[in-house]
Amino acid sequence: MTLLEERINRGGPVSPHLQVYDMFKLTSFLSIIHRVFGAGLLVGTLLFTYWIASAAAGPQAYDCAMNFLGSWFGYLLVFGWSFALFYHMCNGVRHMLWDTGRMLALKDIYQSGYVMVACASGLTVVAWVLGLSL
Amino acid sequence: MAMRSALGRARGIGSAKDGFHHWWIERLSAIALVPLTLWFASAVISVAGADYATFSAFLAKPWNAGLMICFICAGFLHGKMGMEVIVEDYVEPRCVQVAVRIFLNIAVYVLGVISVVSVLTVAVRG
Repeated sequence: MTLLEERINRGGPVSPHLQVYDMFKLTSFLSIIHRVFGAGLLVGTLLFTYWIASAAAGPQAYDCAMNFLGSWFGYLLVFGWSFALFYHMCNGVRHMLWDTGRMLALKDIYQSGYVMVACASGLTVVAWVLGLSL
Repeated sequence: MAMRSALGRARGIGSAKDGFHHWWIERLSAIALVPLTLWFASAVISVAGADYATFSAFLAKPWNAGLMICFICAGFLHGKMGMEVIVEDYVEPRCVQVAVRIFLNIAVYVLGVISVVSVLTVAVRG
């Protein structure tokens, strides 16, 4: 018996099933992306650990890491990680508001969804403009 | 059995005890990570593309090293908690799920400890 069948038989909680929802409604889409980005951020910490450990290893290793991070592929990874980070942070604040019982009406969920995406995108753009210009 | 209410059946068995704890640690680390993430972003902006000497000098400041270690601890803890929930939700069968959770815990602690030790190494060396 699979875990899923086991759970259904027990009448207990069943995982969020992506297929049963309309995945491209703003509400479900933002929620799915929150999880996907969360998982991506954890995988992306490999890059963070590489960066910080290279500095501990010495100037040569650090220069090597900076060369990689400064390549187009490195930029792509860091850009993706930064957007995922800001998105997960902004949507996390949204989750905390929900935890206090606020903004749970459908209208509010749509509204906060738009605000959250705007904040995450804005923070990403500002961070990169500052990072590249300073 | 069928004559008993759901509440009657649940009474006396007790809760699983650790369900709330997991949820609470995830929230606590999330709250800590909001200001820490904003600090981390500003820190990375200030050392983006910096050479080794500049980056070392940055981490040699106790304030920076301390916040970086806080960011690492809260971040890895939050990441581990979140990923565990994802694994519980989607990974089947049970034996694979347990194996993945063991790997996840080891990987997160190893990476976390390496990161913290690296910050301290650079900080102490200056």
